[in-house]
Amino acid sequence: MANVKTLILHAPGTNCDMETAFAFEQAGSQVDIAHVYELLRRQKILSDYQIMVIPGGFTYGDDISAGKILANELRLKLGEEIQQFVDDGRLILGICNGFQVLVKAGILAAVTAETNHTLTLASNDSGRFECRWVYLRVHETSPCIFTRGIGSMYLPVAHGEGKVVAAPGTLNIALYYADETGNINAGYPYNPNGSIENIAGICDASGRIFALMPHPERFIRWTQHPQWTREPRKEYGDGFHIFSNAVNWVKTI
Amino acid sequence: MFRIAVSVKNELPDPRGAGLLKDIRDLGITTIERARVSDIYLLEGIISQGEIDRICKELLADPVVQEYSIADAPPPHGEHAHIIEVAYNPGVMDPVEESVMKGIRDLGITTVDSVKTAKRYFLWGELSEQAFQTVSDKLLVNTVIQHIVTKSEAASLPSTLYDFSLESIDLQSLDDEALIELSKNRLWLNLSEMKRIQGYFSQLGRDPTDIELETLAQTWSEHCGHKTFKSKIKLGQLVIDNLLKSTIMRVTEELDKPWCLSVFRDNAGVIDLDGHYAICFKVETHNHPSAVEPYGGAATGIGGVIRDPLGTGLGAKPILNTDVFCFGPPDFPYQSLPPGVLHPRRIFKGVRAGVADYANRLGIPTLNGAILFDERYVANPLVFCGTIGLLPKSMSQQGQQQPGDLVVLAGGNTGRDGIHGVTFASGELTADSEAISSSSVQIGNPIIEKKLIDVLLKARDRGLYRRVTDCGGGGLSSAVGEMAEDTGVRVYLERVPLKYSGLSYSEIWISESQERMVLAAPPSTVNQLIDLCTSEDVTATVIGEFTNDRRLQLFYNGNLVGDLEMDFLHHGLPQLEREALWEPSQHAEPDFSDNSDPPDLHKDLLRILSSWNVCSKEWVIRQYDHEVQGGSVLKPLVGANNDGPGDAAIIQPILDSDIGIIVSNGINPKYGDIDPYWMAASAIDEALRQVIAVGGNLNKVALLDNFCWGNPEKPDRLGSLVRAAQACYDIALLYETPFISGKDSFYNEYETGEDSVCIPPTLLISAVAVMEHVEQAISMDCKQKGDLIYIIGTTYDELGGSHYYGIHGFIGNSVPRVDPKKGKRLMDALSAATAKSLVRACHDLSEGGLGVAAAEMSFAGELGMVIQLRKVPLGNLNSGNTRDDIVLFSESNTRFLVEIAPEDTHQFEEIMAGVDCAAIGEVIDAKKLEVFGLSGESILSATLSELKEAWQKPLRW
Repeated sequence: MANVKTLILHAPGTNCDMETAFAFEQAGSQVDIAHVYELLRRQKILSDYQIMVIPGGFTYGDDISAGKILANELRLKLGEEIQQFVDDGRLILGICNGFQVLVKAGILAAVTAETNHTLTLASNDSGRFECRWVYLRVHETSPCIFTRGIGSMYLPVAHGEGKVVAAPGTLNIALYYADETGNINAGYPYNPNGSIENIAGICDASGRIFALMPHPERFIRWTQHPQWTREPRKEYGDGFHIFSNAVNWVKTI
Repeated sequence: MFRIAVSVKNELPDPRGAGLLKDIRDLGITTIERARVSDIYLLEGIISQGEIDRICKELLADPVVQEYSIADAPPPHGEHAHIIEVAYNPGVMDPVEESVMKGIRDLGITTVDSVKTAKRYFLWGELSEQAFQTVSDKLLVNTVIQHIVTKSEAASLPSTLYDFSLESIDLQSLDDEALIELSKNRLWLNLSEMKRIQGYFSQLGRDPTDIELETLAQTWSEHCGHKTFKSKIKLGQLVIDNLLKSTIMRVTEELDKPWCLSVFRDNAGVIDLDGHYAICFKVETHNHPSAVEPYGGAATGIGGVIRDPLGTGLGAKPILNTDVFCFGPPDFPYQSLPPGVLHPRRIFKGVRAGVADYANRLGIPTLNGAILFDERYVANPLVFCGTIGLLPKSMSQQGQQQPGDLVVLAGGNTGRDGIHGVTFASGELTADSEAISSSSVQIGNPIIEKKLIDVLLKARDRGLYRRVTDCGGGGLSSAVGEMAEDTGVRVYLERVPLKYSGLSYSEIWISESQERMVLAAPPSTVNQLIDLCTSEDVTATVIGEFTNDRRLQLFYNGNLVGDLEMDFLHHGLPQLEREALWEPSQHAEPDFSDNSDPPDLHKDLLRILSSWNVCSKEWVIRQYDHEVQGGSVLKPLVGANNDGPGDAAIIQPILDSDIGIIVSNGINPKYGDIDPYWMAASAIDEALRQVIAVGGNLNKVALLDNFCWGNPEKPDRLGSLVRAAQACYDIALLYETPFISGKDSFYNEYETGEDSVCIPPTLLISAVAVMEHVEQAISMDCKQKGDLIYIIGTTYDELGGSHYYGIHGFIGNSVPRVDPKKGKRLMDALSAATAKSLVRACHDLSEGGLGVAAAEMSFAGELGMVIQLRKVPLGNLNSGNTRDDIVLFSESNTRFLVEIAPEDTHQFEEIMAGVDCAAIGEVIDAKKLEVFGLSGESILSATLSELKEAWQKPLRW
């Protein structure tokens, strides 16, 4: 498919939509930022796109718990379209708040039945919102399309509720928090939130739905690196490859 | 009614409870072993058991980590648990309530009428009645907005009817004393102003209505009218007619920079960015509300200043926040707190949380700031919040409405919030302030503001309105009153959407409810504007129309309730005449001559690094999102471990353009104790130094001034204000950096009966600079062993007001001065060197002087440094009396430490020819800072880990 079209979902409180759009554009996709109300009114149709993204932010203030209200809105009002989108083999990416929404909406679950929740994102162990850069290691055997060919990354996190809680062994882990050397059991602050098994990102069994707490869209250009003034220059920021993987994969289908 | 409690499952840790436990221990109460927090939701309406189960399971409680219970009243829980339930007072709106309502509607349940939230705290362990009271007073309840729930409460506000009756005030019969009495605690106007109003209505042959008096009081308030700065001031023989025009604004006028697009006119000052885009910048204070209710006061402070760029030109997108706080020391003894005053630590934590929660939700990076401490801020904390906006250059001028255009109010609903906020800010705080002001404080709702920003920028790009302004202090009265100055306006107050019933026409008009903007839309596009807003769930309402009669006419249900001529409203205010007095102060000088022991400079350096003002603010910075929008180039924390103190922040506002914006600030109230002139000069120099230190230049730098002072009716306070303003003119003119906007806050004093505690006069200078290529940015951390360390600038015996004197209990008199001619030459030379990429690292010298700057560069870069004090270029120091401590800790202005690669030193020195510049040291591999004194002997050797630990420890909360 030559023309890749990405839909970036905007809801009240979404605030990373512009830079996420920029990242997808850099990776070669057309991008539409669509308000959730436009989808509800069918002014924009999900099936017109090959990639759907729920970007970072504080949808509906993250009131009650992070991403909960948007998750219910999607589950109850757009559930069928989203299921169709998944069944059609398209890509879904959730970043930060998008991770919380995908999980709480049951779009990305440990066990798919919504009556049997075992996965959630809870408050950080520190009890605080924290903005810091983290080292990440890609799970080598993960089927995740977005992380193909990436070994490790350095990306920022900025969240208060990013602790993955799940029954052990129930997740398709795509991304771990690690230290500089790739050791995934480095403790806080390398694991910034206390996630079980140091999980930073997960995917579904097909590898087409991917969600992560760190923000790849915040490291596209070299000057976004916190130590770019003291490190040898790289052409792209580490996060760029997540977006180019997605766009390039769509081009092949 | 249903009372639902949601808690973290008992077997799981509760981070909020752990945080509370830590705060309790900080109070010195060590007998509590465990604490937990539950969220309470009160739901009213006709709800079936099945529905309530769904609401709990699918919305309110997370099935994996939380559990819920439904009960009638707060039950006792567990063994030895002390329980306290805290709810907001009626009329204080928790934004969560609105979200819960939406969440319930999304479930398809439409019969829930109202939702109210509360928090329930459980404490396990021994706790005396008194200690329980302490925890509840100091941590859990702020009676200004909250109360303890003792019995079942209704979730909804009682519906109150408002019976209209026009209130007019008989002014004509009032004598001077009665006029003052009427003004006191309500209008905050002085006698001559009250008499001017009396005369105006006497001419009209009628009494004013309450709404007319309120409108005049707000328009003429210090907050809106800047009366002090515009007054006629007598200082000795000198008569200054309008201090603002003759100092701050005069700089801009004389420099006449073509890139200044809109200055001192709009809600923020606007400068050109790259020919296509412009940027605007505004810094505001929200001091009094933050003193009374830190969280809400600070949140609405940042919320308010974000609306300034949004209300500038035809609307700018907020792209960066700054914040500067001044608090009492966190270790201030509780027993010394004046009555009615919250502890500095609580104010600090509340303000931090308020700003972070609001700005993070809006997705605006907080990239620059400062936090200062002084005991005189205990009762009067200062909270400065600033926002930079980005807008197309073609939209940078304030719009102009046409007669017949409609007045559209967009955003949040109107409640009793903030009534008298503006006039309250124009008076001094007293122990009663809490009671008087309870209606002035509200909690912001950031999501309403976010929706408003998103939709307004769309409406702007579609050309759906002609003018926009923010609804801030003074509410509609101020916003509509100012907007309609040149045309006239009719407003129909009953059309304003309300949060709850019962507001009088006057309350609607002066309410300062947050998250509102006012637009002027032509009849041809007004419906499109309203439809667009509605489509994104933003309330927008036509509340009136602009006219051409230059009158302000207010109606309520067909009754004319106010009718004022714009000319009188905006130009009727009599100019104040005030006396000012300036007498140089004399402070004790430390006498080191008969001190036979050599000073322990190692210990002193550690003490300065650990002082509240200098120590690391990482605890605060990490809780702000400084990465959102993807533009940060130099972040607030830099270096090998992302934890060194960066000088200024740089962002790239347009993601596919190389152009950058540098933001910095300068503030040092300690120098004001000696001379506010040099304090102001130093603040400007500091803000500019930081711009230069990160690789910027002086070509396109704009300044903002924020004066926070005491009661300007007292001549000594006013005298020091004049001194500071004069320095702003003298220094900024020679640095060629115009002021583009500013703000003042007076009456920052706390009356204690006879006495009055005044804040140190505090001037914040904020700088914004355009950087042509962000890749020229330089960070302050040492990069490479073997590089040379140069000091740029001259070191004088200027320890007056320094941290070095401070830790020894002295202020002294030798305040740092600024030579702006020399300073500009120096900064221009250094920026020529940075433009050629000759500088590997650069850090400006400020608090703690050379010693602190060298330590910070070293531990940020994880590389050691050796420096030789005898190579430092000295100024007026008499060589016979020169001491190591002076050279190491002097806070002389316009100085930098830079790191230069050995192969670049020749070219660097050539460029720096003609300014004081000397190689004084070297970057080394060993992780230590070693200083050799004037005699050539080692006087200080400290490991980087001990230096960094001293610097990080105090605020590692």
